[in-house]
Formats: sequence, structure tokens, C-alpha cells
Amino acid sequence: MLEIRNLHANVDGHEILRGVNLTVKAGEVHSIMGPNGSGKSTLAQVLAGNETYEVTEGEVLLNGRNLLELAPEARAAEGVFLAFQYPVEIPGITGSYFLRQALNSVRRYRGEEELDAVDFLKMIRERLKLVQMDDRLLNRSVNEGFSGGEKKRNEILQMAVLEPRLAILDETDSGLDIDALRIVADGVNRLRSPERAMIVVTHYQRLLNYIVPDFVHVLVNGRIVRSGGKELALELEEKGYTWVEKESARAELAGAR
Amino acid sequence: MAVITEKNSNHYVAEFERLEKTSAGPTWFNPVRKAALAHFAEQGFPTTRHEEWRYTNVAPLARTTFRSAAPTAVPVDLDAIRPFLFGDADSTRLVFVNGHYVPELSIATGVPAKVTLANLAELLETEPDTLRPHLARYAGFETQPFIALNTAFFQDGAFIHVPRGFVCETPIHVVYLSTGGPEPVVSHPRTLIVAEEASQVTVVETYAGLNGGGYWTNAVTEIVAGDAGVVDHYRLNREHDDAYHIGAVRTQQGGHGTVTSHGLTLGGGLTRNEIHSVMNGEGGDLDLNGLYIGRGSRHIDNHLRVEHAAPHCDSREYYKGILEDSSHGVFTGRIVVHKDAQKTDAKQTNMNLLLSGNAQVDTKPQLEIFADDVKCTHGATIGQIEESEMFYLRSRGIPEKEARDLLVYAFASESIARVKIAPLREALQRLLFTGANEDRLLIEEASNP
Repeated sequence: MLEIRNLHANVDGHEILRGVNLTVKAGEVHSIMGPNGSGKSTLAQVLAGNETYEVTEGEVLLNGRNLLELAPEARAAEGVFLAFQYPVEIPGITGSYFLRQALNSVRRYRGEEELDAVDFLKMIRERLKLVQMDDRLLNRSVNEGFSGGEKKRNEILQMAVLEPRLAILDETDSGLDIDALRIVADGVNRLRSPERAMIVVTHYQRLLNYIVPDFVHVLVNGRIVRSGGKELALELEEKGYTWVEKESARAELAGAR
Repeated sequence: MAVITEKNSNHYVAEFERLEKTSAGPTWFNPVRKAALAHFAEQGFPTTRHEEWRYTNVAPLARTTFRSAAPTAVPVDLDAIRPFLFGDADSTRLVFVNGHYVPELSIATGVPAKVTLANLAELLETEPDTLRPHLARYAGFETQPFIALNTAFFQDGAFIHVPRGFVCETPIHVVYLSTGGPEPVVSHPRTLIVAEEASQVTVVETYAGLNGGGYWTNAVTEIVAGDAGVVDHYRLNREHDDAYHIGAVRTQQGGHGTVTSHGLTLGGGLTRNEIHSVMNGEGGDLDLNGLYIGRGSRHIDNHLRVEHAAPHCDSREYYKGILEDSSHGVFTGRIVVHKDAQKTDAKQTNMNLLLSGNAQVDTKPQLEIFADDVKCTHGATIGQIEESEMFYLRSRGIPEKEARDLLVYAFASESIARVKIAPLREALQRLLFTGANEDRLLIEEASNP
């Protein structure tokens, strides 16, 4: 489903991604772990099309389609969804309006019929249950005054509504207590399907106890330095990131020679 | 500059003399007109050297010889004014074209008999005693050349009176329409709203233009709320893009009176809105809400002066501007707290959204506080569309243009939500939010956070 080949990206002239290669197939859940500043969030933002990041080299294919030439809204319509690490507050726009606009924009792009208010309401009620969210939150401005947990749940709700083919969860666990984490992870798990791929970006192994990945990759210094199964996450938890950091520094040195 | 000023006050003096000779109207008000003219002749047009006019250059008004607008030669029909109406087609309204009352387009019958709803030209003749205590008693012209000019020249306008203790639930719409045309003309619409003790009234004034031609509207509105009187006032500027609009609103309120005045500027070439509110009864409550939309090379100057002249009064100013292209917005908010106005609570907010590198805003709070137990706060912001918000919306599939429109709308939504008349609120939503999504239901939903 997703092919990332030799992806390089800069922000403000600094190279953050330095040749990322990753293949994700439909139905798979991949976790990307790494120390702070390794480029995890940059990778997530680049895939979603944030123009703050400049792609200098490489390609990204989604079902054979060059993702990098698409605007963020087209990527969303093609099935890419990013659950933000820091969901943005939009004062003055209610959650339900925002969600319906988003869904109908995507449906328009795909040539599907738009949902009217009644059908939308029916569908949203169903999806709210998935993340145990109160529908009153939808009558408030998007994310404004939401707690950390409410914001993250709102992200998963949006994912449930837009039904992406590729969902990227960027540090969805950060700032959540264990109860909120369980609810969010539970919502994500229910959205797992053979047609859907997920990339779970996280610093801590904790989240992966609840969202169990098929593959774990370690990103250090803008490159994936190690890949493995879910046991790799446990190994990382035990040995710490310095273990892979040292290893990658040695490899770079060897490469330089 | 001085020469131009002199020449043009001469033009108005000559015009006044001509009108005086030809007019067959009542004479009781003439001394006031003469005094006003004398003040105008003495002051002439302000220049940007005047501190109060620093950001707004009215030289084009001083330079041009505007003739008094005549009743239109081509009759204006209902279809022409329909775009400026809201709600039901037969809702209560007074319609003026080029400053002259048009009874055929007006519906003055929708209000209860206790409410007086009439045109000033007629009342000047028939009911001088009703007008005398109020007309030109509040909008001082001694230092205000444009108010002076209006007072000297106004031909007609609306008079709304609600007696003691009466609540007029029907909103009253006053439409001042300019037809425009090949020659520069000026009209001087005058509005007087009197809500007696413990009464209530809602009035919407719409200023609109059918054609361009650089016409000038020089309007004055006086609003008086007696003790515990409630006035909800809206002033909607939908003038033609090359029109000049100078509008003065003067509000006065008694003890425990509540005045709300909304200034909504969606049109015009050069607009100056002057609002001067005096709270001279204890426990008064004042809201001045504003929304101004700059497009093209539009210039919009909102000049507010709130005077707390009695204790325990609250005032809130909430003005928001959206400026596109090479438009220019100006906000000046002066709050004056008199010596005895203890326990004053005054709040001023001016927020601006700049949508283009060429758009410009000047915003200036001015506080003059002579009492010692008061709370006065002010805040001004000038911002742009947040890239992070844009990306968030787009990452959810909302196309760039719609995302931008949505964020602009979100910025304006609180101002629109403050409009209490539902059909007017809906009309504004449509005016401000066309294109991206015209589904009214959705818009209502979006603006209701």
C-alpha cells in the first residue's frame, strides 16, 4: 500500500529525514519508534503533506500513486489520515460542522454522494461510541478548551468518520493517563482491518501494549536503523535508545570510511 | 489645502441659501440649521493634520462639488431594494431613496399604534413639539463638521418613538438607498430613535447603493434610551464600492438603560463610522459591536468614543475586522471615565485579520480616566490566517479555498452570533459566506459554538 523510498526532508534548511525506506502493506500495523528529534513527527507530517517541510529527495507511493505531488486535501481524499500529536484548536467552527465538511469534501473528491444532516447525524452517533465521546463536544468549537484526552479522542473520532486507508498516529499516547490511553487504543483497534494500514509513531513502548504492531522500526537521526517484530519494542524499552543510537553512529562512521 | 476647504464650504453656504429660498417647509428648525452651517463654514473639512482624522483622508470630499441628491428621476421598485431586505417581504420598514422618503416602498403599519414610525420631513411640519426636545439635541455639531453639515442640510429621515413602558417586538428596518449616477451627489439621512423609560425597540439601518458614481452619504443617527429603556440598534453599510460614507451615531442612555449598537461595514469605498455614546444614568449597560470587511481598496475607519458619566455603568466594545486586498482598516476607541463615574467597567476589544500583504490596519485605544475606582481593559490584535489551522483543515480533506473561507468565517462568527435578529443574522451569513458552502443549515450550525 505504502512505499517510502529514500525520503529526505528539510525544515528551515536542516535535514531531518535522511533517507527513509519503508514498505507498509494493507492490514499491517507498523510502529515507528525513536528518541526525541529523530524525525518521527517529521515523517508523519511529510506524509500528510505539511508544506513547512521540504522534501528534497526520494518518493512516496500510495497504491502506486505519487503522494508527494498531491495537496494535503487530495492525500486525505486518497485515504491518508494523520492523527496529530498536537490537535489544532479552531475557534468559531463547531466539531460537527467541521467533520461534516471534511467527510463531504472527501466524498466529493471520490465521486460519492454527500451526506445530508440526518444521515450524518446517524453516522456520527455510531462513531462517537467508538471513542466513548460525548456528543456535546461536537457542538463546541473544534478542540477549543478540550482536555488532552478529549483532543486525542477527537482525532480518533475523525479517523473513524473519514475511514482512511492509511492512518498515521503521531504520539497519540502522549499526555494521556492510562484510562484515556485504553479508550483511545481500543478505538484504534476497532478500526484495524485487512484493508487498512496503520503507522503508529511513539516514543514509548507503553502504547504498543494496547495497539500491538506487526512490525517495529527504529528511527534515529532521520534514518530507520533497525526493524523487527513487536519484540523489538520490548528490547528498546529495556536497553534504551542509547543502544540503537550508538549502533547507528558506528554504522555511519563505517559508511564515512 | 486651506483654499480648497474654503471654496467648498462656500459651495455649501451657497447651496444652503438656495435651498432656504426655494424650500416651503417649516421654519422652526431653521435657526438650528443656520447655526450648524455657520459651524461647518468655520471649520471646513478636516484634514489628516487633525489628530482625530490622522488615518482617514477626506480630501476627495473637500475637493469634489457634491450637489444635493434629488429624489430619483427613475423610480426605484421593490425588486431593486429586495436584495437589501431581510426576513419577510412585508416586514416593517421605512425606505428613503437619495435621502427622500418613498411611501410606496415603505410599510409603516406593522408596528403597534403606540409606536410612532414616521418620516422626519412630515413630522417637522406636523409635530414640532414631538421633535423639539430631541432632534439635534444629542449629536453636537460645534466641533463636528460632518454632523454640522447633516444638521444644516438633512431633508428627511426616520423618526421612531416608543412610549414609556412599551415593548416593540417587531424590528424596524430603515433603508437609505442611493441610486448613484453620473454626477457626484450627497444625501444627508437623519435618524432619531427615542425609547422612553422602560420601553424597548430594535432598529436596523441599512445604507445601500444601487450604482456607483462616487456619491456621498453623510448620515447622523441619534439614539436616546430613557431610564431602563432598551435599544438594540444595527447599522449595516452596503454602500457601492466607490461611495463615500460618513456616519455618526450618537447614543444617550438613562439609568439602567441598555443600548446595543452594531456597526457592520460590508461596503463603501471610504467609510468613517463615528460612534459617540454617553452613559449618563447610573447602572447603564452599553455594547458596541462591530464587524468590518475590507476588500479592494476600501477604507473603513471606526471611530468610537464612550463616555462614562455616571457610576456603575458597564460598556463593552467588540470590533472585528477582516481586511483583504489593499484595504485599510482604522479603529480608534476612546473611553472617557468622568470624575464621578466610579465602579465603571469598560472593556474594549479590537481584533483584525489581515488576508493580504497589502492590507493595512491602524488600531488605537485611548483611555481618559478621571475616577479612581474603575476597571478599564483594552486589547487589540492584528493577525493572519494560522498556517497550522489551514493544514489541519486541509489534512482532513477540506480544499484550500474552502478551508480559508471557513477560517475567515470562524473569525467573524462571534460578531455575527451577536446579531439577535435571526433573519438578519442569516442574511449576514449568506453575505459573508458565499461560495464555499451556501447550505444555510450548515452555516447556522457552524456559527453556533
